[in-house]
Amino acid sequence: MAQLNMVQAINQALSQEMARDDRVLLLGEDVGRDGGVFRVTEGLLERFGRERVLDTPLCESGIMGAAIGMAAYGLRPVLEIQFLGFTYSAFEQLFAHAARLRSRSRGRYSCPLVVRTPYGGGIKAPELHEESTEALFCQIPGLKVVVPSGPYVAKGLLLAALRDPDPVLFLEPTRLYRLLREEVPEEEYLVELGRARVARPGSSVTVVAWGSMLERVLKAVEGYDAEVLDLLTLNPFDSEAIIKSVQKTGRLVIVHEAAKTCGFGAEIAATVAEEAILHLRAPILRVTAPDVPVPLAKLIDHYLPDGQQIRSALDQVLQY
Amino acid sequence: MPEVLLAEYQIKRLEVLNEKGEADPELLPDLSEAQMWRLYELMLLARIFDERAVALQREGRIGTYPPIRGQEAAQVGSAFALTQKDWLFPSFREMGAHLTLGYPIPQLLQYWGGDERAQKVPPELNIFPFCVAVGSQIPHAAGAALAARYRRDPVAVVTYFGDGATSKGDFHEAMNLAGVFNLPLVFICQNNQWAISIPLKGQTASATLAQKAVAYGFEGVQVDGNDVFAVYRATRQAVEKARNGAGPTFIECLTYRMADHTTADDAGRYRSSEEVSFWAARDPILRLERFLEGRGLWSPEKREEVAAQATAIVDAGVAAMEASAPPAAGELFDEVLATLSPRQAGQRKVR
Ligand SMILES: Cc1ncc(C[n+]2csc(CCOP(=O)(O)OP(=O)(O)O)c2C)c(N)n1
Ligand SMILES: [Mg+2]
Repeated sequence: MAQLNMVQAINQALSQEMARDDRVLLLGEDVGRDGGVFRVTEGLLERFGRERVLDTPLCESGIMGAAIGMAAYGLRPVLEIQFLGFTYSAFEQLFAHAARLRSRSRGRYSCPLVVRTPYGGGIKAPELHEESTEALFCQIPGLKVVVPSGPYVAKGLLLAALRDPDPVLFLEPTRLYRLLREEVPEEEYLVELGRARVARPGSSVTVVAWGSMLERVLKAVEGYDAEVLDLLTLNPFDSEAIIKSVQKTGRLVIVHEAAKTCGFGAEIAATVAEEAILHLRAPILRVTAPDVPVPLAKLIDHYLPDGQQIRSALDQVLQY
Repeated sequence: MPEVLLAEYQIKRLEVLNEKGEADPELLPDLSEAQMWRLYELMLLARIFDERAVALQREGRIGTYPPIRGQEAAQVGSAFALTQKDWLFPSFREMGAHLTLGYPIPQLLQYWGGDERAQKVPPELNIFPFCVAVGSQIPHAAGAALAARYRRDPVAVVTYFGDGATSKGDFHEAMNLAGVFNLPLVFICQNNQWAISIPLKGQTASATLAQKAVAYGFEGVQVDGNDVFAVYRATRQAVEKARNGAGPTFIECLTYRMADHTTADDAGRYRSSEEVSFWAARDPILRLERFLEGRGLWSPEKREEVAAQATAIVDAGVAAMEASAPPAAGELFDEVLATLSPRQAGQRKVR
C-alpha cells in the first residue's frame, strides 16, 4: 500500500471520483494550471481538461453561488476556497442558499456540493490564512462540516462527502497537509460522515479533538490512560460515541484550536451535560485558544493549545 | 422603431515617457528636477527594500512576503501625488506607496515578519492596515470619502488594489457607491496582469479595467504603469478633482508583477520566461534612468550613490526590526477591545 500525505490522499480521492462520475467538476482560484496553492488539485486539469477543472476569477461569493446553480442542475461541484478566511465573503451564499435550497424548495432542488478549504493554524502564514472558525459553520442547519485528521480518513471522508446528497464543508487542516504520511489504499473506500473514531482507547478520561489538534492530543496523552476520540464530522457530530466513552471514563476534556467562547467544544459540553451528567466525575474542561483574533506568526504558538495545556487539563480532571 | 444608440464610450490611455525614456513635453508633469530625482530615489529605495525583504524571507528572518518588483513606478508615482493628510486604503502589495509616504521601514519588515504590532500606523499618516482579504478594503475607502466630505475636509481618499480584486463584489459595490454619492475617491488599480496564477484574461473579458468605471458613471483611465510620470500625472489630477468635490476617478496602472506572487509561490509553473523578460526590458526604473540621463542628471555612478544611500536606509531598517524584542504572549490580548471581557482578562492572566 502506498504511503501518502494528506495532499496526495485528497488528490487521489478527487481524481478517482472524477474518473467515476462525470458530474464532478472542480472550480476555484488557481486550482487548474497551478494545481492549487497547496497543490491538492495538481495534475487534475491535465487529466480531466478545462471543462471539468475551472480556474475562476477571484470571487468567492460568485464561485459559491455558481456552484449552487451547478449542483441544483445535477452536477456535483467541488469548489476550493483558497483559505477558510476567504469563505467569509461567500457566507451569504453558503448560509442563505446552499444550506437551505433543499428546504426552501421543499425538496424540488438540492445542493450536493463540496466546499474544500485549508483550515487552521500553525503554518506561519499571513493574516486570515490560519482561521479555525468551524463553529460558525456548524450553526448552519443544512450544512455538513467535516474535518479529517490524516491522510487515510481524508480520502474516505472526501469520497463520502462527494457522494453525499447535501452540501458539505470539508475543512483540511493545513498544518497536517504534509506532516503525516499513512498507508492509503489505492482502491476506493468510504469513511461514513457523522461517525467519530476511537483514535486511542483508554478508560480514565475521554479527550475529544479533531483536525490538527488530534495529532497534538495523541502526543500529549502519552502516559495517561486516556481515550481519544477523533470527531471527524462536526455537524452532525457523533454524540453517541462521546456519551458512550464518557459513561466509561467519567471525565471529559475537549481540545480545539478555535477561540473558546461559542467554540464547538461548547456544543459538546452542553450535550454531555444534558445526556450524561450523572456519569461525570469531574467538570468538563475545554482546552482552546483564547478569545482573540488569530495572531500572526510571532504569536501563533502562544495562541494554539499546546501539549502542556492539554496535560494540565488531564491532571485537573483526574485529580478532581 | 429603429434601434437608437444610447451611449458610446472611449477609454484613454496616458503615456508620458516612452521606452527610450523620451518624454512628451506636453504631458510631462510640472515637477522640478529635484522632485524628479526624488522619484528616482524612492523607486530605487522601493527596489532595494524589496530585494532585501525577499532575501530576508529566504534566510528565515521574515515570513511570506509579496514582492513589488516591477510596480515601483505605479506605486511611487501615485503616492507621490498624495500628502500625509490624505487617507489611504492599501491591499498588501503597495510597499512602494508606504515608503513614499514615509512609513517606517522597520515596521514594514516587522509586519512581514509576522508581528501585528507593526500595523499600528504612525499618527502622522492616515493609512489603513494592510488588507489581506482581496478587495475588502475598497468599500472602506468609500466610507472614508463620505466622511471626509461630511466634515468638509479637503482631503482625498485613495485605495489601492490589484487586477484580481476587480472580480470581487466589494470592488463593484464600492465603485457604485462612489458613483452614486459622487465621492472624493481615487481608485488605483495595480494591474500587474496576474492574480497568483490567473492571468488578466482569466479575470475579466473586458478589454481594459479602466472601462469598468464607465458603467458606474464616472471616469476611468488607463495609464502606462511603468511610466512614473504618467502615473503621477493621472493621480495628481484625480486627487485634485477629489479635493475639489468633482467626484471619483478610477486609474488603471498597467504594469507587471516581475517576481513570484509571494515567496511561497513559483511563477515558473504558470507563465513563460519570455513574458517575464519582455517586461523586464520595460523595467520602470530603467525608463526613468534613461529620461534622467537624457537631461544630464543620471550616470551609472549616480545610480551607485543613490543605491548606496538606499541600502544604508534599508540596512538600518533591518537592524531596527531585528533589535525589537519579540511580542510577549500578553500582546495577544492588546487592543482586542477597548476593555477586555472578564473572560478575556482571565485568559490573559494565565499566559
Ligand atoms: C478574498 C481573497 N481570496 C483569495 C485570496 C488569496 N489571494 C491572495 S492574493 C491573490 C491574488 C490577488 O490578485 P490581485 O488582486 O491581482 O493582486 P496582486 O496579488 O497581483 O497584487 C489571491 C487569490 C485572498 N487573499 N483574499
Ligand atoms: Mg494582480
